[in-house]
Amino acid sequence: MAEIPILDIRAVSKRFTLQGQVIDALRDANLSVVKGEFICLIGASGCGKSTLLRIVAGFEPVTAGDALMWGKPIAGPAPDRGMVFQDYGLFPWLSVRENIAFGPNARGRPKGEVTATVDRFIDMIGLGRFANAWPHQLSGGMKQRVAIARVLANDAEIVLMDEPFGALDAMTRERLQDELLDIWQRTGLTVIFVTHSIEEAIFLADRVVVMEPGPGRIASEHRIELPRPRDVSSPEFNDVRRMLGAKLHSHHAPKAA
Amino acid sequence: MSDATLTLPARSNVALARLRTFGLALIVPALLLLGWHLAVKASMSRLIPSPYAVAEYMVDFAWGGIWDDAFSATLHLHLMASAGRVYGGFLLAAMVAVPLGLLIGRTPLIRDLLDPFLQLMRPIPVTAWLPLSMILFGLGARSAFFLVFLGAFYPILLNTIFGVRGVEARLFEAASMLGCRGNAQFFKVVLPAALPSIFTGLRLGLGLAWFVIVVGEMTGVPQGLGAVIMDGRTLSRTELVICGMIVIGIAGYLSDRVILALMNRALRWSPQHHG
Repeated sequence: MAEIPILDIRAVSKRFTLQGQVIDALRDANLSVVKGEFICLIGASGCGKSTLLRIVAGFEPVTAGDALMWGKPIAGPAPDRGMVFQDYGLFPWLSVRENIAFGPNARGRPKGEVTATVDRFIDMIGLGRFANAWPHQLSGGMKQRVAIARVLANDAEIVLMDEPFGALDAMTRERLQDELLDIWQRTGLTVIFVTHSIEEAIFLADRVVVMEPGPGRIASEHRIELPRPRDVSSPEFNDVRRMLGAKLHSHHAPKAA
Repeated sequence: MSDATLTLPARSNVALARLRTFGLALIVPALLLLGWHLAVKASMSRLIPSPYAVAEYMVDFAWGGIWDDAFSATLHLHLMASAGRVYGGFLLAAMVAVPLGLLIGRTPLIRDLLDPFLQLMRPIPVTAWLPLSMILFGLGARSAFFLVFLGAFYPILLNTIFGVRGVEARLFEAASMLGCRGNAQFFKVVLPAALPSIFTGLRLGLGLAWFVIVVGEMTGVPQGLGAVIMDGRTLSRTELVICGMIVIGIAGYLSDRVILALMNRALRWSPQHHG
């Protein structure tokens, strides 16, 4: 286990000032992620899980501590860390194909290579028939597939997902969870996935990181040893669910802010 | 996408719907014409000619052969003169206002420098500029051109600024995590995202350009629809005034349809611009 972590969060704190009030969004967070790991961040609102994700993405600078990728400080957003937003963040004026090609084009990849990459990922997400559709013509699930393909087509090493399936109906959500696991297992990506749902976290993650609010911080980490594919109705799954549920709810007692 | 699947049964319905829309749109103008006709017949005013007299004069204005006076068969001259000023002033306004709006929207320094001044100038009506414009640009076409420019300028500028300022922060984040950062975002994100607002500004601007052309042509130009209306007024020839009004209305309407078609074509991706 002497592997070099792809991502190393060391004593990271983030402090905002909002309307004259100082808010500790994240205090003294430590997390080490090895390549290929699937991490889920879970916790009540205000626990800092989205803040942590945005720090890794490079959208927010740290107030204190170090956020390192391959041992180097993260300085701003870059294609090696692709973000999938809950509200998709697709460019509405670009077709499915053009949205996926956006990253490779921005990085000046040769035309033939971009076309081949885009074809491959459109195929992977099964949207061949919609390659030339505009985002507003797609369902939520399709939009999120495009957002995932857009990040993968750009050679992301870490995929950051901020409640990506939160706005989808239950059926679509389950299907996308399966597809995501399939892509993850085939590509060896590292995934950091923020969710509200205990079940989603246990179904997806190698490791679940439980966070708690006021100030936002990492409370505990749990390795999920259940074999894949996981059966959400199995007694073992339920045991883990009960254990994590208790962990989460124990933090729900009111605290002084 | 789904259009292709419902062509055959829909075609006659579409034609019927078009006809219905067209018919409904005609009701109010027809009633107005009828009211006008009856009112003139009842001699409410001797200064206003009947619709028939105006129609007859319109034919003479366009093709001549009825009255053969100074205005016969001159419509195209006046229309071209006005359209030249309207489009010239409008294009110049667009060429200045769009880049300036992009700059003000994107650069805080330029915004702080220019925005207060522009906000102060904006409420001054174009008509108030008339005397000053005549001093600055003389009596004639250049003054008209300037006033049209002024009328079209602010709606284009303000809507461009609004569009640039309103680009979703999420889209900048998406672009930067995909490797498009800094100035590259201007053409890849800001411009396309602001395009709907810019088009709204252009549409309003062109409308206002036709709106102020009469004022612009009060500056003593020999030709132009505004000049025709001013001449009609001084000569007490109301039918000429009404002909000028109708031509401006139609020309402005057609201009708007053209810009609307361009807009719907450029913004096919936007669910708000589907026809």
